Amino acid sequence: MLRYLAVRVGRALVTIALVVTFAFVVLRLSGDPALIIMGPEAPPEVIAAFRKAWGLDEPIWRQYIDYFGAILQGELGRSMRDGRPAIALVAERIPATLALTIPALLLKLGIGLPAGIYAALHRGSAIDRAVMVAAVAGFTVPSFVLGLVLVLVFAVQLGWLPSGGQESWRHAILPIITLGTGGAAVLARFTRSAMLEVLGQPYIRTASAKGIPWRAVVTGHALPNAAIPTVTIIGFMVGTLIAGAVVVESVFSWPGVGRLLVVAVANRDLAVVQCILLLVAATMVASNLTVDFLYGFLDPRLRGARAGSH
Amino acid sequence: MVDASTAPLTRRVPPAVLLAAFWVVVMLSIALFADAIAPFGLTRMDLGHRLAPPGAVAHWLGTDELGRDVWSRLVFSIRISLLIAFGATAMSAVVGTALGFLAAHFRGLTEQAVLTLADFQAALPFLILALAVLAFFGNSLPLLVCLMGLYGWERYARIARGLAIAATAQGYAGAVRQLGATPARIYLRHILPNIASTLIVSMTLVFPEVILLESGLSFLGLGVQPPMTSLGNMVGYGREYISRAPWIMLAPALTIILTTLAVSLIGDWLRDRLDPSLR
Repeated sequence: MLRYLAVRVGRALVTIALVVTFAFVVLRLSGDPALIIMGPEAPPEVIAAFRKAWGLDEPIWRQYIDYFGAILQGELGRSMRDGRPAIALVAERIPATLALTIPALLLKLGIGLPAGIYAALHRGSAIDRAVMVAAVAGFTVPSFVLGLVLVLVFAVQLGWLPSGGQESWRHAILPIITLGTGGAAVLARFTRSAMLEVLGQPYIRTASAKGIPWRAVVTGHALPNAAIPTVTIIGFMVGTLIAGAVVVESVFSWPGVGRLLVVAVANRDLAVVQCILLLVAATMVASNLTVDFLYGFLDPRLRGARAGSH
Repeated sequence: MVDASTAPLTRRVPPAVLLAAFWVVVMLSIALFADAIAPFGLTRMDLGHRLAPPGAVAHWLGTDELGRDVWSRLVFSIRISLLIAFGATAMSAVVGTALGFLAAHFRGLTEQAVLTLADFQAALPFLILALAVLAFFGNSLPLLVCLMGLYGWERYARIARGLAIAATAQGYAGAVRQLGATPARIYLRHILPNIASTLIVSMTLVFPEVILLESGLSFLGLGVQPPMTSLGNMVGYGREYISRAPWIMLAPALTIILTTLAVSLIGDWLRDRLDPSLR
């Protein structure tokens, strides 16, 4: 078990290092930020001063090492646009994003899990078919289309809710529904197939054959086993809490991390983009790691298993 | 059970899947013959008929605020979006399968490197990666296809690696090796045909995701750039006119939904037929 965890933590660290490297390579080698920020007509001495200020005149390997070192010290650079620390810019947007993504996650869990379990237990019923149709629709309707259709119906036609902005809690309703519905459908479909898989196992037949009431078979045998794959996808959803709303925030002009990212990318604000990339990667890796730990807890077979083998 | 080989087509294939296949064929024909089908040029303006609603005499899907024909733009958008989705799906299948085979063949360090890269790919939401790369490398159609071509490679790599390792343990791969076949021949001529059905199923499952991803990027204004147009661009543009001319947005949105739905249906059906283990 200890080795299992050690390998997982090691992999997580390697992944973070890879993300840092990726961010560095993509964002630094793609062009000269000095020219793009200052414009091609800027005097050479202004450009030189800019390069010096941002360390862009150093050799690239030197910049890489400095960058890595700075990140280890929690120094994520300053926004090239307004000079404030990138981490502060990002941090002040996080509450707005979480105000959408956390209720949306609850919506996904609250609808997706029961719907998936019910559909699996009543396979072929009208509700099962409805769940499957909704699940397919949830996957094929892109979030920006769903968002715009909701705006068209509830803001433009009916005038019940605002179409964008962040002035009150009423502004959050449409974005949360947009985020939550698609995820609920995915989760329902996934939970259903995980449950069906487990319900087809011989031990379920054995358990019901020896006279255990069906309700106890489901809660005692089927649900715990189906939980293992389901936890993975929930972990993935938790991992996207910070950055899972890029498109939806754009649809509803919601001033969260996603909007900040789109604007920063358009402005080539390297520090802010790097900061968001790292933050997203760290969240994803942390939630994956939590899932791995939960696996060890949920699945006793893994505790003795050889680490790292797939 | 009905004998699958002699039963008529309509009994072997559920109607929904036939309908989906029909839709895909229609979309492919539109993409192939876009120049012949579109009644107007991509940027041809008809200033006398701006924001004409659907059903107008010359413009049956209406026009946008520059008087450009929505149906013509839709036709060209379908071409671009399908081109990107096909190119990207093929590319990620080739890259992923090749890496999976390499991992299965060399094991050890190569395998660990491929698995770590796959973990890395899975660790970041692809949209975030794509956003960073696109905006910082500028934007061109080949780059967009290549970038989308990285989407989902890790799934093929994992599948190809697992199946290739399983296959090498089976008799046929060992037999041709004993006969002196080179590794490339074993993998490409003997193992690949045996695992192709699983890979094809994965492609039909990745394809709609690529369409959704590209349209999302284009919607944000960071994918296909004007004057070219894709389905996502049209939705993004139509958003500005959602209260006055919702048809500009609804026509491409419906196309995206129906196309991803059709390919997903075909993919699910193929998966159930060819490879129940992927369920």
